[in-house]
Amino acid sequence: MEKHLLLWDKSRRSFVLALRSLWLHKLRSFLSVLGIIIGTVSVITLMAFGEGNMHDALEDIKRQGATNLIVRSVKPSDDATNQRRTMTLNYGLTYADYDQFLVLDSIVSSVPMRYFPQEIRNLHRMFNGRVVGTTPGYQNVNRIDLVEGRFLMDSDEIDEPGDDNELRNVVVLGSDVAEALFPFQTAVGKSVVLNKHQFVVVGVLKDRSSLTTGGLSEDFNSDVYIPLSTCRGRYGEKIFIRQSGSRSGEQVELHQVTVTISDMSKVRDAGKVITDQLERSHFKKDWSVTVPLDRLEEAERARNRGLVLLFFIAMISLTVGGIGIMNIMLATVTERTREIGIRRALGAKRSDITLQFLIEATVQTSVGGILGTIVGIGLVFVLPWASALLLSMHLPAHLKWQPVALSISVACFVGVVFGLYPAFRASRLDPIEALRHD
Amino acid sequence: MPPAVRIENLTKHYFLESVAVRALRGVTLTVNHGEFVAIMGPSGSGKSTLLNLLGCLDRPTSGRYILGDDDVSRMNDDRLSEIRSRYLGFIFQSYNLLPQYTVVENIEIPLLYQGCRINEKTRSRCIQLADLVGLADRLEHRPMQLSGGQQQRVAIARALVNDPHVILADEPTGNLDSKTSDEIMQMLIRLNAAGKTIIMVTHENDIAAWAKRVIRMRDGVIEADEPNAQPRTAQEVSSAFVSTLNSLMSASMR
Ligand SMILES: Nc1ncnc2c1ncn2[C@@H]1O[C@H](COP(=O)(O)OP(=O)(O)O)[C@@H](O)[C@H]1O
Ligand SMILES: [Mg+2]
Repeated sequence: MEKHLLLWDKSRRSFVLALRSLWLHKLRSFLSVLGIIIGTVSVITLMAFGEGNMHDALEDIKRQGATNLIVRSVKPSDDATNQRRTMTLNYGLTYADYDQFLVLDSIVSSVPMRYFPQEIRNLHRMFNGRVVGTTPGYQNVNRIDLVEGRFLMDSDEIDEPGDDNELRNVVVLGSDVAEALFPFQTAVGKSVVLNKHQFVVVGVLKDRSSLTTGGLSEDFNSDVYIPLSTCRGRYGEKIFIRQSGSRSGEQVELHQVTVTISDMSKVRDAGKVITDQLERSHFKKDWSVTVPLDRLEEAERARNRGLVLLFFIAMISLTVGGIGIMNIMLATVTERTREIGIRRALGAKRSDITLQFLIEATVQTSVGGILGTIVGIGLVFVLPWASALLLSMHLPAHLKWQPVALSISVACFVGVVFGLYPAFRASRLDPIEALRHD
Repeated sequence: MPPAVRIENLTKHYFLESVAVRALRGVTLTVNHGEFVAIMGPSGSGKSTLLNLLGCLDRPTSGRYILGDDDVSRMNDDRLSEIRSRYLGFIFQSYNLLPQYTVVENIEIPLLYQGCRINEKTRSRCIQLADLVGLADRLEHRPMQLSGGQQQRVAIARALVNDPHVILADEPTGNLDSKTSDEIMQMLIRLNAAGKTIIMVTHENDIAAWAKRVIRMRDGVIEADEPNAQPRTAQEVSSAFVSTLNSLMSASMR
């Protein structure tokens, strides 16, 4: 106990002395810890900007839904002979597939979609958009916001498709469609014509393009949404798309089903079950299963690789900084040989001398680390602001506490490691020789 | 009570390449408590070598050295450091104060290495010692701001702070003019009057004349060892000084 307090006394003395001589030789100390400062600044800023970038990308993927499975119809490419014989290519997901997905017990929701290009009219105004036949669940899965009205509702769907009179001709417009067909007026309550049928506009979506950065370039703003049952009633069980200039075409029942799973940990298994189901019921590979979670993990792996790289950069720059410290500490030991002799004569043990110089080196590098941290954090705040102002460029930064803690403790550690040899040298000096030194 | 210092047949050889320099060739010496010894001799006669051995800064090639109750001739480096911090006080020719420290902090150093916790008590002890050597108004000054004589006073206070058995002084007045030298010697006389054992190396007869016993060395052996019949008369040492010093010394620090 007493011994620990004693060690504390000595350490505190050396600590105060170290700070004092740091202050006394400001410029020299600054130059000697410059390497550490630069190392720390680069670690913190690189880390923050790298993390910011990755953060944006990950958010993007998460928006797609990490608990989602996206099952799509894919036109089989290998089967050209088949196409010529039948002229109409039948492929893709079927209503039976869709019903089968619902058997999964980890499923939360399952949103079917069919989409096809379509001319949308309001009197003389016309817009070439895309019809999406889907269910109300679409809104949740894609996190849709509306500027007016409502999205599709359960009551828009009817159980028995086919009965013409029961079909509800309601439509929700994408923002571009609404703007083109109903400029400077509210669209809700008006009607549009799709394939000769009148549809009542019940809602208009918010601009969605801002939500789909990175990778996905689909233009959701020119979509219009109608109930799936209505779609089946008005356009038939299969969507037939004629290829321009020929009589051949292709027929698809469902283009996509977005399956939402209750838990991230079950997504992969659910994906396997669905893949199995489809493999059994389809003769051709006319479907695909995409797991956004995979992309998420891929992105996270990429980030980890980045972190390892950064770690090496940090190590290199801090090693360079450490060598600078070692250099200056060796010079300090020579310069203060006499002091060492005096201390030894007055009763300092070798270990006392070692401790003193070790603390001195560590204080230097720690102060360097703290300065670097301050500058680094400053840059993390200033650079995005400056680049937005001067280059009008978005520079995402995401400062986390771990790299800050890491670089300060590494700076400390560098002091210990690179201070060790000079401190050892100091402690091995012969007291008499040291006292004679001038 | 054992003598303060007892050395028996002490030798010290330095080995340069293949040549052995025999700096001390069998020195036997006893110094009792309360003595004031001056060691004299021409340059190269082994005075500094002897003082370094007495100061436990070095180990003898052969022979024995008993400091108080301890045989220190075969101790390891750490134990010698401990002995230095507990039983010895050093006064050097060039004062050897630490320039970064204030007067009080300089006086404090031996306590730090002796294993005292630095607290109010030790601090006030250092201040009282500074007062005793006449530097009460310089406590927060740095060595650079002091004259040579004042610096040597700080060194004397520092040599006293651990209540040493023996104070070792290597040419303590070597860098001082004669007036200041006299002041410093008066100070040492007073310490000796208060019971401190002092061993001092000097080559000046004027300075040796203060001591009560003079040892002359030549070629690594003691040539003459005789009491000083008429030491230079010092000023009357006030009994107040003696009692202050004694009360300071007896106060336990541990
Ligand atoms: N570290 C050393 N290495 C080699 N020889 C030394 C060393 N120190 C002293 N000597 C030699 O020992 C002898 C005594 O030296 P020293 O004790 O310094 O004499 P003094 O102090 O009386 O002038 C001298 O011949 C000196 O050259
Ligand atoms: Mg000498």
